[in-house]
Amino acid sequence: MSVETTASVRTNFGAVRAAKLVLMRVGVLPFFLVAALVVFTLASSQFLTAQNIVNVARQSVYLVLVSLGQMIVLLTGGFDLAVGTTIALTSVISAMTMISVMAAIPDSVGLIIAAGCLGAMAVALLIGLINGTGVAAFGVSPFIMTLGVQSVSAGVALFLTGGVPVTGFPHAFGDTFGFGRIFGVPVTVAIAIIAIAVVAVFLYGTRFGRHLYAVGGNVKAAKLSGINTTSTLLIAYAASALLASIDGLLLTARVESGEANLGGTIALQSIAACVIGGVSLRGGIGRVEGVVLGAFFIVLIQNGMDLMQIGSYMQMVLLGVLLIMAVIVDQIRYRLLVGVN
Amino acid sequence: MADLQKPIVEGRGLTKRYPGVVALDHVDFALEAGEVHVLFGENGAGKSTLISILAGAMTPTSGSVEIAGEPVTVFTVRNARKLGVSAVFQEFSLVPTQTVLENLVLGEEPAFAGFLRRGEGRRRAEALFAALERGIDLDRTVSQLSRGEQQLVEIAKAMRSDLRVLILDEPTASLTDRETEILFGLIARLKAKGVGVIYISHRIHEFQRIADRITVLRDGRRLGTVPAAGLSEEELLAMMTGRVMGAIYPQIGRPGGPEVLRVEGLSAAGVACASFAIRAGEVTGFAGLVGSGKSRVWRAVMGLNRTLAGKVLLNGKDMTGARTYAVIAAGVHYLPPDRKNEGLVLASSASDNIALGMLGTGSLRGRRAVEAIAGIAKAVGLDPHLLRRLVSQLSGGNQQKVLFGKGFGRDYALYVFDEPTVGVDMGTRAQLYRVIKSLAEDGKAVVVISSDLQEAMNLSHRLLVFSAGQISAELEGDEINEGAVLPHFFERKKDAA
Repeated sequence: MSVETTASVRTNFGAVRAAKLVLMRVGVLPFFLVAALVVFTLASSQFLTAQNIVNVARQSVYLVLVSLGQMIVLLTGGFDLAVGTTIALTSVISAMTMISVMAAIPDSVGLIIAAGCLGAMAVALLIGLINGTGVAAFGVSPFIMTLGVQSVSAGVALFLTGGVPVTGFPHAFGDTFGFGRIFGVPVTVAIAIIAIAVVAVFLYGTRFGRHLYAVGGNVKAAKLSGINTTSTLLIAYAASALLASIDGLLLTARVESGEANLGGTIALQSIAACVIGGVSLRGGIGRVEGVVLGAFFIVLIQNGMDLMQIGSYMQMVLLGVLLIMAVIVDQIRYRLLVGVN
Repeated sequence: MADLQKPIVEGRGLTKRYPGVVALDHVDFALEAGEVHVLFGENGAGKSTLISILAGAMTPTSGSVEIAGEPVTVFTVRNARKLGVSAVFQEFSLVPTQTVLENLVLGEEPAFAGFLRRGEGRRRAEALFAALERGIDLDRTVSQLSRGEQQLVEIAKAMRSDLRVLILDEPTASLTDRETEILFGLIARLKAKGVGVIYISHRIHEFQRIADRITVLRDGRRLGTVPAAGLSEEELLAMMTGRVMGAIYPQIGRPGGPEVLRVEGLSAAGVACASFAIRAGEVTGFAGLVGSGKSRVWRAVMGLNRTLAGKVLLNGKDMTGARTYAVIAAGVHYLPPDRKNEGLVLASSASDNIALGMLGTGSLRGRRAVEAIAGIAKAVGLDPHLLRRLVSQLSGGNQQKVLFGKGFGRDYALYVFDEPTVGVDMGTRAQLYRVIKSLAEDGKAVVVISSDLQEAMNLSHRLLVFSAGQISAELEGDEINEGAVLPHFFERKKDAA
């Protein structure tokens, strides 16, 4: 009897230690994921089916792309609250550009689509550079800077459209980027995989990636080591906006119209995806794999809640709670990692 | 020493002016190859300004700098590095979240078309440690290293460009004795390679072992450069402060009194089962290495760290695990060791900082408060003209006086000073010691926690020595001397295992 209790106490202790280790290495995600899988599998028989999981993977593409950009900015110790309205502005600009180019050269569909994409990405790049300049050159807090730019780009998108969806661009755009497949893989998924690979290579394999982590880990040290912190920050915000604009293009193709209200809650969702995926809000810590899984996790619980017929308002409540919990765990994790008391 | 060669660093007429202040006033400075050159002076004497200019972190208002005969035109850290000058400041320029390897190559990662060449980076990092004849696991995260190890990484990093001049700012301030020995070995090796070392420290007995020449600064001016050999401590102190100083440590009377605080079997992070009593009218010292638990036991008492077990009785009242505000309200004043992060509101004036210590005792702006603050400034020896200044603009010594002043806003029964004179010049130290003396002689209970063994020994009536989280000795009166104390630094109590 007493032998048994000691044994169980020991395994308990071991489990706590293992949990702590997982927390330090990977973050809060494994715990959330297990909890979600258990709850939703018990609640709905349709949840844990291959078809549903593939479905979730496909839906999560949009959040994955934005979260990758968000992660790059979070690594520098910043935020990008403007990703949502960057998506909206991208959507509106791409649709309007395509329509006006179509009026000039109605027959060259490829050219029309290319012009729409490039025009929208150029505008997104501008947004990113404005964010980056404010943060890097003028030292505005990233929170305020991107909050301001969020309002500006939302206003511009609404002003340009009057709030009315912009339709009438070539169907080929939606057919390709919204519903198309290459080699049997949805185009959206293929683009997301390419984006994940490119971001991973940049973060792990290049000098720029190292510098990004260093700027987030200790700006002063980065500066004293001869790193151009201004340009590093500038590029980070530009990359975030560019990834958001790709997202905006894919969403526009999916809904087949340019809409100023796309991407409404995605800023919060992408931050949640990153933090749950192990990116530290203090900068300098985070991995691409975690972020991709984090985004997948958020779409997964939305799907699970849909299956359980939980309304979208309650879903918002839960998302907020999850984000706060993830941040609290992040604080504990940072303490364990860096050893601040 | 090669006397015929030109010095590797030569500064002429270096001046740095701020609005209303001359931080550096026409200072000439020369450093020879293979020389350890100590900069000595009170806080605010201009040492930091001088090394900041030499390291490229600051541009002088006027004057010139030549490094290896080459005039410096652009004052940037990057340019200084290129010329072979690297500085290791007290706040390390390492990224805590990255590994040793990543830090060692940071900013100069070997790469091909922007893509990292990992093998080459590792080889370079290994070569740096090989040159120092020391090693640290390259894959460890910097935040997990000790202060000494971090400093080693910092020095290794300084050596990645062809190092000609190494600037060390208070390098031993937070090192253990063993780590200090390792550092001195390292300095000797660099010296043999012809590297010039500029060394800032207040610890005379320490730098006398390694210094070749000493330059003394006061009020932004150079008082002189003298060979280190055969120079007595008194001569140096007299030069630095401009007055002949008697013994810096005062004789503190011991009126004695009742027990104020009793700690029984206290365990907390880094502290195991500590029991002791603090009495009024005497100074109790807490000595030990950095990380021995001498400071953390008080952080637990103050409610800054969690108390895991044990009991804390303050004037007979149970205060175990009480919140910090409650402990302060019960009559304990705690002076934190880190004045910039824990002690002072840097963006406020000295006067407002002192007033913070008076919260809850009426108006902070009225005539009475102003008079009270002036009185406090006088008590801690702070020039009343400095009261209106922002604390961030004061020298380290004056900041410490302001921090001391926060303890006089209310009447406390127990004063706990954690590292009361860290990074503070001799003149200020003597002043602060007088403050401690008057408190104890007024019948207050005073605790001095110090990593400076001389300080802990000379101020204390009773000395508790900590080692590995436990009290390893309690000495009193004449028992307190270096020979008796030091063995206990490394001892572990056997019965507590």
